[in-house]
Amino acid sequence: MEGMAGQKSSLAWAVNIAAFLLVVLWTIPTLGLFVSSFRDRDQITASGWWQSFTGSEQTGFVRSGTADDQVQQEGLYVIEGNALEGSQTLRAWGIRAREPAAFQPGETAEMDGGIQLTVEEDGTYRMTSPTPFEMTRGERIFTTTVSPPSFTTENYNRVIGATGLGRAFMNTFTVTIPATVIPILIAAFAAYALAWMQFPGRALLTAAVVGLLVVPLQVALIPLLRLHNELGIGKGYLGIWLAHTGFGLPLAVYLLRNYMVGLPREIIESARVDGATEFQIFRRIILPLSFPALASFAIFQFLWVWNDLLVATVFLGNTREQLVMTGLLRELMGSRGGEWEILATSAFISIAVPLVVFFAMQKYLVRGLLAGSVKGG
Amino acid sequence: MELFWLATSTIFIGVFGCVAWFWGSNWVLDRILPPRGPKSGDNIRRANQIRPWLFLGPAILFLSMYLVYPVIDSLWRSLHNANGSRFVGTANYQWLAGDAKFRESMVNNMLWLLVVPALATVFGLLAAQLTDRLKWGSIGKSLIFMPMAISFVGAGVIWRFIYEYRAAGETQIGLLNYIVTQLGGQPQLWLTLPGWNSFLLMIVLVWIQTGFAMVILSAALRGIPEETIEAAILDGASPLQVFFKIKVPQIMGTIAVVWTTITIVVLKVFDIVFVMTNGQWGTQVLANYMYDWSFRANDTGRGSAIAIVLMILVTPIMIWNIYNARKEVR
Repeated sequence: MEGMAGQKSSLAWAVNIAAFLLVVLWTIPTLGLFVSSFRDRDQITASGWWQSFTGSEQTGFVRSGTADDQVQQEGLYVIEGNALEGSQTLRAWGIRAREPAAFQPGETAEMDGGIQLTVEEDGTYRMTSPTPFEMTRGERIFTTTVSPPSFTTENYNRVIGATGLGRAFMNTFTVTIPATVIPILIAAFAAYALAWMQFPGRALLTAAVVGLLVVPLQVALIPLLRLHNELGIGKGYLGIWLAHTGFGLPLAVYLLRNYMVGLPREIIESARVDGATEFQIFRRIILPLSFPALASFAIFQFLWVWNDLLVATVFLGNTREQLVMTGLLRELMGSRGGEWEILATSAFISIAVPLVVFFAMQKYLVRGLLAGSVKGG
Repeated sequence: MELFWLATSTIFIGVFGCVAWFWGSNWVLDRILPPRGPKSGDNIRRANQIRPWLFLGPAILFLSMYLVYPVIDSLWRSLHNANGSRFVGTANYQWLAGDAKFRESMVNNMLWLLVVPALATVFGLLAAQLTDRLKWGSIGKSLIFMPMAISFVGAGVIWRFIYEYRAAGETQIGLLNYIVTQLGGQPQLWLTLPGWNSFLLMIVLVWIQTGFAMVILSAALRGIPEETIEAAILDGASPLQVFFKIKVPQIMGTIAVVWTTITIVVLKVFDIVFVMTNGQWGTQVLANYMYDWSFRANDTGRGSAIAIVLMILVTPIMIWNIYNARKEVR
């Protein structure tokens, strides 16, 4: 029995570790973006984000003071100063380009003519000479320094003010909210009819909705753009709201119908017996009871519309006034691919809203997924 | 601010319009066929025949205008020339058959179809099984599920940071190249590397879809009757045997559903390729190729033909879904 218990606990360990690795693997990419968005441009291009917690190492050189800076102390000529900037610390230093890290902080280097140079960890150096210094250019001091981890919110200030992100953010909201609310209403009525009303062709219509679930958007782009142009809607908010409503409807009707079918028959029957009209049943009974399904679909549609690039590109146009977040990101990737800090920060702002919605409403999202896939397939 | 009012008023008009339609049409129906008076029985019966169509009306209008009509129109356009003015028969399809880029897209799409659903399902199953009994399992699940909420474009930016390249000897700021150089390899321009690049784009989608697979499969695993598992353990089955011989066979149906759902996502994959390589260096896929021809080359004939190919590819899944759904209704 003890052997089995031991086996069990080692298995539990293995499961824990494996699960942890998997979670880390899945989290790291997003974490990388998040960390990068708080680093300034030089840091992003100088080292990987995973090195930002331990401080980054840089190499370079500074010039010491010149003959003008020398003072006389106890019979020696001395030049003093600091080789470092800001909050860096010195890891190693040198006096020749070939050996830039020959000395440890605090060590003393012997140079020609009896000159001695000492550099401390905090970067203060002291160069002494028995004879007066005559050089007009300072000696080179090669340094290997470590900057402490430093993070800044500067990127966010810059991005929100400049790149049109604020505008794009508003545009995305403008697209998303109506495109989420309107299909819910239309779908709720249709789902009720499919679930609880008797009429010829009901099974056929239900099957059609299931079929339309998988129609590729690509098929709809050209015909609808033409149609919108002919109807005078053109490219604009109205067009994209209508398009998203149309594209979201199959899933909405399908999810809501599946949910409504499962509601207890007795409630609806007894309401009918009591003389309630279909409209009253729908508004007073079905709608409140279907809240979880409505919430599920609302989240789906919100995430889908917020994250969509294709429909927005085709139906909204790419002018500054109409660009949504995903479109802006795409533009940034192309035109400012090198400006990592802008890209990282914009990307993080654009995914922040869906992430908040996701974590706040995860329960409904999961429920909706299960209703949409397991039950119906 | 102007935009805000526009959006608000649209929501208001939209919502109000919907309610007005549903309420108003019901009211009119009750007026024309009053459920009272001498002919009330007859009226109620006739009203009940009409009412479903009032409820369904807007949905049917939208579905037919935004999904059914486009399929037919695309089919029609795919048989016409670039601007739809002249009937060209199957010329667009013949052109497709001989087009190297189209063949590349088809091959890539097939690779995506093989790799992404398989990996996402396997990882999803693994994640579901591993996190199921852990104390911190639900947090772990949330984190694996999280990429679902991230846009394909956002994911593109995230993974671009990982695939970033710096010349050998410089500090690598892309995680992948950092790992490769730490292991003693040479840094690579991953996204231009034929063969590898498509696979690396697929990884992005696997990363996004695994959470979906995990959530569904986890629910299915929980639905397995305890007795079957206990019986197997009593008979001396090892944990691995329990998993592969008892659990997996019982959730095969769900695995199939997950697989097909991801397959549909994969067939339509556009954004990832669009923003990361735009189909260059041998990574073209159908959806992006369709976009190229329709909106860059403005050739609606060829664009529509590619769209119809996509439509044909999803049709078997569509039929399978309808078949299953109807089986369940009965």
